[in-house]
Amino acid sequence: MSFISARRTGRRVSRRFTGRDLAVLGVLLGIPVLLDIAIVWGPTLASVVLSFTSWDGIGDIKWVGTQNYENLFTNYPQFWPAARHNLLWLAFLGLVAAPFGLLLAVLIDRGVRFSRFYQSTLYMPVVLSLAVVGFIAQLIFSRDQGALNAVIGDTKSPTDWLGDPNLNIWMVLLAAAWRHTGYVMILYLAGLKAVDPSLKEAAAIDGAGEAQTFFRIVFPTLRPVNVIVGVITVIESLRAFDIVYAVNHGRNGLELLSVLVTDNIIGEASRIGFGSAIAVVLLAVSLGFVVTYLVQELRGEKNR
Amino acid sequence: MTVHIAPARPTAPPAPPAPAVRRRLRPGRIGVHAFLMAVSLAFLAPLLLAVYASLRPYDETSAHGYFSLPRHLSLDYYRQAFSDSGMTKYFVNTMIIAVPGVLVTLFLASFVAFALARLKMRGGLVLLMLFTAGNLLPQQVIVTPLYVVFNRIPLPYWMSDSMTMFDSYWAVITVQIGFQLGFCVFVLANFMRTLPQEILEAAIVDGAGVWTRYWRITLPLCRPALAALGTLQFTWMYNDFLWALVFISDGDKLPITSALNNLRGQFFTDYNLLAAGSVIVALPTLVVFLLLQRHFIAGLTLGSSKG
Repeated sequence: MSFISARRTGRRVSRRFTGRDLAVLGVLLGIPVLLDIAIVWGPTLASVVLSFTSWDGIGDIKWVGTQNYENLFTNYPQFWPAARHNLLWLAFLGLVAAPFGLLLAVLIDRGVRFSRFYQSTLYMPVVLSLAVVGFIAQLIFSRDQGALNAVIGDTKSPTDWLGDPNLNIWMVLLAAAWRHTGYVMILYLAGLKAVDPSLKEAAAIDGAGEAQTFFRIVFPTLRPVNVIVGVITVIESLRAFDIVYAVNHGRNGLELLSVLVTDNIIGEASRIGFGSAIAVVLLAVSLGFVVTYLVQELRGEKNR
Repeated sequence: MTVHIAPARPTAPPAPPAPAVRRRLRPGRIGVHAFLMAVSLAFLAPLLLAVYASLRPYDETSAHGYFSLPRHLSLDYYRQAFSDSGMTKYFVNTMIIAVPGVLVTLFLASFVAFALARLKMRGGLVLLMLFTAGNLLPQQVIVTPLYVVFNRIPLPYWMSDSMTMFDSYWAVITVQIGFQLGFCVFVLANFMRTLPQEILEAAIVDGAGVWTRYWRITLPLCRPALAALGTLQFTWMYNDFLWALVFISDGDKLPITSALNNLRGQFFTDYNLLAAGSVIVALPTLVVFLLLQRHFIAGLTLGSSKG
């Protein structure tokens, strides 16, 4: 029975698509899929494989097992600071910038006047390149001429905001948050507009205060947006590169995993195997989040 | 003494409830405005400072700092950026990369999205996951193998004067397209699901093939989504810094965002020139944003809210 019905559906499918249809589908689905594999998934796999080799990009590829990882964790002094900075980046964007964006969205969504002006202004940094953000940060935080020191008025022993390895990561994080806040705000604004106003009215009738309404009623309905904001925040903090590269090429207190990867391949040493091992660490962390996200998506897809 | 006065206040005759509410709300409103205005100005200030610094000569700001009153204002740095540093050339390079990049990405992604959302194929979900997840990986994960492979792909001279895919626009364009496909497929598939299925069914009854259903029937309905994505993608490709930095070694071929790094001198950096460069680089995206703000925001939120 099942065999017959399977054959029948098979025949229906082939009748649904003529030969020309199949050719169109083959070419126009084939190209993007191949491109995605060639540009994204193939290299990802290759990174994993290369991370177990010692290779300078020219000579023979030698299999070295987990030696790159051992070196990375035990005697590569930049690794742990870089990992710590990436985590700090995540914490700062996730715990400071994103909630701040939510707060701004909630305030603007309450229908204050000039809301369009606020919205545009707060969103403006998002369209800037991260490299430009890095360069602008130098105008503000530079020791001798920067605007911040001029405002503080400390001329005797000016703070070197971007040169002091204990301070500069925080300044760069501020610059990154400048851009991230607006992004988060726009996403939440769209989410808040979609919240059914009758929910809020019902809560008000039941005597819920404004804060209570928000945290108990509105915020839970924003769950899809929260997921997106979470994903974006994680991805941004793992990708972080441009700002520190624009400031000082990611040295002297601004090390990041992404910078270490880039340094190891386009640097003079060209240690491809070793660079790949750092990339795999990045991959492992990001895949953890990506898979969680996709599982959520998949669930939503099934409910559709 | 004062401690006793404070609790005594509530004993004053209570005001009628309605005006009290009003009076209580007012300061709140003003507080919200003051807060939003302060944050807006703080967000705007760095941009304004960059514009201001770019108009002033280096001698002046090095003596008095960026936060001082102007003595000379001129557009000299902009002239210098365009004449000495060849900003025009870099703009052209960016266009060579971004225009085909956006068009091809939108074309390919819209077809994949159409096939996934409208044709009900088996394995469609897996394909969607493949594309979506691919877009979420950090660039550094894929950059090393691509660098190696591009160095080994020979191209004829008329395509690339470096004779390899490395150090050519082809490398950057291909990677941009491949990497951005995922986001566009995800957004467009979500959008196409909201279109009424009946239109397609009518077309099938009329004997329309897959291409007609895609190009003549579905795509015209997707214009708002395509406009939004196009705006967003153009900005992203324009703003990209890493791909060109890694895949292009000839300084003359750099797109403008990556070329900005070249304005920094080997030993001495004229930050005012850098400020002018930053403003030049930022200006097109800001103009695009201000003109097409609606599309821009729609592009981002299309991806987050399901139709």
